[in-house]
Amino acid sequence: MLTFNCPCCGLDKDETELGYGGQAHLKRFGPGSDDADFEDYMFNRINPKGVHFERWRCASGCGKWFHAARCTMTMEVFGTYAAQTFEPPQSIKDAITAKRPGWSWGNFK
Amino acid sequence: MKRYSAFAIAREAFRQHKGWDRAWGNPEPKKEYDVIIIGAGGHGLATAYYLGKNFGITNVAVIEKGWLGGGNTGRNTTIIRSNYLQDPSAAIYEKARGLYENLSQDLNYNIMFSPRGVLMLAQTEHEVRGYKRTAQANSLQGVTTEFIGPQKVKQICPIMNIDGPRYPVLGGLWQARGGTARHDAVAWGYARACSDMGMHILQKTEVTGVTQEGGDVTGVETSRGHIGCKKLGIVVAGNSGVVADMAGFRLPIESVPLQALVSEPIKPCMDIVVMANTVHGYMSQSDKGEMVIGGGTDAFNGYHQRGSFHHLEETVRALVETFPMIARLKMLRHWGGIVDVTGDRSPILSKTPLGNCFINSGWGTGGFKAIPGSGWGFAELMAKGHSPLTAEFGLDRFREGRFIDESVAAGVAH
Ligand SMILES: Cc1cc2nc3c(=O)[nH]c(=O)nc-3n(C[C@H](O)[C@H](O)[C@H](O)COP(=O)(O)OP(=O)(O)OC[C@H]3O[C@@H](n4cnc5c(N)ncnc54)[C@H](O)[C@@H]3O)c2cc1C
Ligand SMILES: [Zn+2]
Repeated sequence: MLTFNCPCCGLDKDETELGYGGQAHLKRFGPGSDDADFEDYMFNRINPKGVHFERWRCASGCGKWFHAARCTMTMEVFGTYAAQTFEPPQSIKDAITAKRPGWSWGNFK
Repeated sequence: MKRYSAFAIAREAFRQHKGWDRAWGNPEPKKEYDVIIIGAGGHGLATAYYLGKNFGITNVAVIEKGWLGGGNTGRNTTIIRSNYLQDPSAAIYEKARGLYENLSQDLNYNIMFSPRGVLMLAQTEHEVRGYKRTAQANSLQGVTTEFIGPQKVKQICPIMNIDGPRYPVLGGLWQARGGTARHDAVAWGYARACSDMGMHILQKTEVTGVTQEGGDVTGVETSRGHIGCKKLGIVVAGNSGVVADMAGFRLPIESVPLQALVSEPIKPCMDIVVMANTVHGYMSQSDKGEMVIGGGTDAFNGYHQRGSFHHLEETVRALVETFPMIARLKMLRHWGGIVDVTGDRSPILSKTPLGNCFINSGWGTGGFKAIPGSGWGFAELMAKGHSPLTAEFGLDRFREGRFIDESVAAGVAH
């Protein structure tokens, strides 16, 4: 079973105790933005085979949202980090590089 | 192509079956084709077949990284039905169901279409209302379905417990001409017919890049070198995001594992297909006697063809209440496929940002039933640039807010 460590309460949580929030680090486009930007934000996804940054909620624990980096092919979790960031911290990027040299995801490397 | 027939079996019986041809060729790739289809699943092969049959386009290659039919086409639970709510869906799924009726004759290949009837159970008041509405919509669309009460349900499926305490059966949406077909045979039958028209099916050939010039596709990079084309069709289901990335655009699609399992074989006990959307399970009995059971998708993106174990438990736990007799059966096999789920749960048959590149994807958990209709419409779109069957399924619907919302009608995986 897929297990994440919640960076808010520090507990290890199984996937059945968590809620999935989809692709992370989306830039929001609301009313007044042009159609292409809104479509991109609302529907289009990177959907990679490999490294994926995503949002999870500690639903049956502390209730807080957090970020995770995971491989969609092997289910390996590279690390979890706070929800209050626009970009994965360097430590997470380094952890991924150690296992998947040359990875990239959207604008991140 | 030597035709298959009862006479051919008798003839071969007299010569130790030495006279059978290979069902399809294993050619070396040409430098260039008029059309390349990426993905030899049912949808890719059906597209190639109707390009040849309906439009005379036969200089075609279907490129497959594994073996043909080895993706979701060979992993699904083979439910065929067309009782959708929205008109564009009913049109393409009913076209497909209609083509399935005579597909064995058309392809000269027994695809074992079995219109045994599909029953979608209503186990909540919401479902009763929803299915009555669907039955009304279907009668306007010319799709034959009917809402039946619990006693009729019990009559056509005696092994069902209709007064289960938690989810009593309140009725069901019945499509008598829905059913199942042999999934591998659908892929094999189309492949044989394509090969017979001179098309190339290039197995064990992975597409690794899409070459372009001035906004048009010029060909694909593959594990067997560059292959040129005048038109490209991307038909790769769960890998749509990966191939679209090679072509340089993004899709409103996420890929998730979907699982199924079969029980040990038992004597015939259920001669229809039953779907129970409230409890997220569905079941039919294969010709071998196995109970074929499908479950739910994982909640999160994944490309491992396995899926989370707890979904199996949830599915089986729910079905046991409605079908008490399956409680003691052993599980024989279990597997998963990667399904491509779109923002509105309807497929995409569309032009793309690249001029001569088309995409057929997003069939998600329910595209087996659509294979002939999808191939028919997508071939027309690729050949003529327009098809009435695919017109509403364009990528631009997401930008324009013209969704084809079947999330209720589709309910679970099937
Ligand atoms: C468990 C399960 C149960 C299901 N049950 C039902 C059901 O009961 N009824 C129903 O209607 N539908 C059902 N479905 C859905 C159905 O199986 C699919 O919608 C349908 O088979 C999709 O067909 P396809 O041809 O688009 O994809 P696929 O059959 O997956 O074919 C795509 C092909 O593309 C190839 N490919 C991918 N990337 C590349 C590349 N880079 N280069 C070359 N080739 C590539 C793959 O190897 C694959 O063979 C189910 C699916 C699953 C997983
Ligand atoms: Zn927590």
